[in-house]
Amino acid sequence: MKTLMSGNEAIARGAWEAGVRFASAYPGTPSTEILENMAKYQEVRSQWSVNEKTALEAALGASLGGVRALCAMKHVGLNVAADPLFSSSYTGVNAGLVIVTADDPGCHSSQNEQDNRYYAQAAKLPLLEPSDSQEALDFARTAFELSEEYDTPVLLRVTTRVAHGKSPVATGPRTEATAPAYERTMAKHVLVPAVARPRHAAVEERLVQLQAYAESSPMNRIEWGSRRLGVVSSGVAYQYAREVLGDNASYLKLGMSFPFPDALARSFISQVEQVIVVEELEPFLEQAVRALGIDVKHPIEGKSLIPLTGELDSRTVALSLAPALAAAEGRPLGTASAPPDSGALGTVGELGNLSAPGREAEQVVGRPPMFCAGCPHRGVFYELGRLPVMVSGDIGCYALGAMPPFAAMDTCIDMGASIAAGLGFQTALDILRPGKPARTIAVIGDSTFFHSGMTGLLDAAYNSVGVITIILDNRITAMTGHQENPGSGFALSGAPAREAQLAALVRAIGIEMVQTVDPFDLAQVREAIAVAMGDPGPSVIIAHGPCALLRRLAVKRLAYQVDQDTCRKCKACLRVACPALCVEGDNVQIDAETCVGCGICSQVCRFDSIRQARAAEGGEE
Amino acid sequence: MSETTNAMLVGVGGQGTILASRVLAQLLLDAGFDVKMSEVHGMAQRGGSVTTHVRFGRRVAAPTISPGQAHFILAFECMEAARHSHYLREDGVIIANTRRIPSLPILIGREAYPDDIANRLAGRGVDVRWLDASAVAAGLGNVRVENTVLLGAFSTFLAFPEDAWKQALRTVIPAKHIELNLAAFAAGRRLTQQ
Repeated sequence: MKTLMSGNEAIARGAWEAGVRFASAYPGTPSTEILENMAKYQEVRSQWSVNEKTALEAALGASLGGVRALCAMKHVGLNVAADPLFSSSYTGVNAGLVIVTADDPGCHSSQNEQDNRYYAQAAKLPLLEPSDSQEALDFARTAFELSEEYDTPVLLRVTTRVAHGKSPVATGPRTEATAPAYERTMAKHVLVPAVARPRHAAVEERLVQLQAYAESSPMNRIEWGSRRLGVVSSGVAYQYAREVLGDNASYLKLGMSFPFPDALARSFISQVEQVIVVEELEPFLEQAVRALGIDVKHPIEGKSLIPLTGELDSRTVALSLAPALAAAEGRPLGTASAPPDSGALGTVGELGNLSAPGREAEQVVGRPPMFCAGCPHRGVFYELGRLPVMVSGDIGCYALGAMPPFAAMDTCIDMGASIAAGLGFQTALDILRPGKPARTIAVIGDSTFFHSGMTGLLDAAYNSVGVITIILDNRITAMTGHQENPGSGFALSGAPAREAQLAALVRAIGIEMVQTVDPFDLAQVREAIAVAMGDPGPSVIIAHGPCALLRRLAVKRLAYQVDQDTCRKCKACLRVACPALCVEGDNVQIDAETCVGCGICSQVCRFDSIRQARAAEGGEE
Repeated sequence: MSETTNAMLVGVGGQGTILASRVLAQLLLDAGFDVKMSEVHGMAQRGGSVTTHVRFGRRVAAPTISPGQAHFILAFECMEAARHSHYLREDGVIIANTRRIPSLPILIGREAYPDDIANRLAGRGVDVRWLDASAVAAGLGNVRVENTVLLGAFSTFLAFPEDAWKQALRTVIPAKHIELNLAAFAAGRRLTQQ
């Protein structure tokens, strides 16, 4: 009996079946559920690391120590982990080491749409690209075997649709893995120059062997359909090509796309009339195909047709391919002769349906995400929006502070950038406008601060730059769906953990002015910022208030109500943009079901017309 | 002719679209279909639109439904029905809840909730079956089961026996909530059976 699994669940399952004993990650969409699912397996020591670099270093250490290890991250996380990634290629492994990168074409939840397949090429590691959940499981298993057989970390790359898409999966039992007992091997593991030079040569030799494997790997296969068109594809892009063309094309379906199987590709290309490379984002496969230098009858197509930016879907692929196919053949593709050996698994191409002009999109009011009712970030951004300051933002729910009506953010760059970028901006202000009170305020969440904000703060303290840092300490890694972190007091397993002390940490870094405020008290927030602005040195404000969705710290408070008799209809309260407040006719109403009683709206009312339910109904108690 | 059936479930974070799509996927898996289901996580919990794509057939390739490809759209909210209507095939059907949930631009007074959605869709020849699933759910004592009411209404458009749906509900929904959900499902079926 098959079960429906997301690609992320299937990766965790496949690694578990392969006998993985250690797993580490920093949460990041679309990769987070890999470790959340891994944590359900008792045989695996699973942990949240503070960032992707420490996660990969830990996984490499575990591998060298003798247990199969997996490390997962989102695409931009691999930038953070790039240093150990390149080194791990030289050290090789002891027990298998698999690194999962979950890329996000379309930027569903990311600051860019980089294509991490190039990391495999740059770090000279084998690259596996599953195209559905079954392959995610199978490839994860295979990755551990490859890792040990070729003494290399393996990069397993999924994209949002594979990571989050669910499809039926057949599971298998767990097989315990054994690795050789650890032995000190300085000639491999101590990467001083004298060791690194010969290791580079070994890595190159390994690539040659891996390429030979790729030529005959069952992960790389040819699916014969009509030979008029040969599609080279990998990952979810293969599924879109199949959806569009069905058996009207043949496919070189690459599960292992680096090192590229040159001979297999040559053989495939020689047996089809025209080659089209269908892939999302960069021309990674296309460059490998073109590098073969094959003399072809029709020009090889790829990014000449398929968009370089954004996420693909079936319709985009259909619209991209249709004109070129019609031109090349002088007739619609659907009239191709019956495929020679399409088995029971064949699909009917949807090219005709997909490229038909559809309905136009209906223009309706947008539904962007917004701060939740009772969110501790609301009051901070309400106050920041009223100040003439540069706000250096960061990655987390609080990036919503850039949205109207707050619009209180100047930059949002990468995980942890706010403080160091703020330092630089403040320095520019100091150079260009000496003596002026203009200030830079960096805003960063607790988890992001631990991830890579701490080092920027150390820079600010060390170099005495007067950037003000507000740490939004909501006691959880909220945006990715409530993962624990070093400040939350719990580990991934749910067990209690040592709780990092933010204020003490900040002081130890060298920050002398540290203020802790209740972000639900606007006056306190305002006062703390004013005090910080009055001091020339770097300082920190810790806004300590739990995420509204964090049940274990939820405080039951009475909902607020608008007293319509005294309300002047000025609508100032709407500037806090709370989902509990809505306009009905001329009146502002508060939905008692949605309101959690945080009271921010009542603090911006100048007429004392918003009061907690009991007080409004029955007077004082 | 397509051999894959495409259904989209669209709504607002917190409305239970994902649970409803899990029941649907379970039903399809039990019936022996190849199924692909796709949802985008991220900031859905923060009041944004939530969209789940469910595709089933003998062999399903693409994980997502493209514009113009959906046989059915089950809309949990009025504005979301309109927002996703271009995903519908010419002969497709939208089963839509009349519930209106204001979004950020409406809440902060910059936009008004559109009053003419039903007319606009009808004017363009979109086949929409409007239902007040929230009222039916409230009548059963818990507005949160509007998702199961909608699923019940949708169930009459697919050729699966009612018992298969009930089995899928029992598999997915925790035992302590199952009776209420079975009642909601039955009430939903009555809305579209006449």
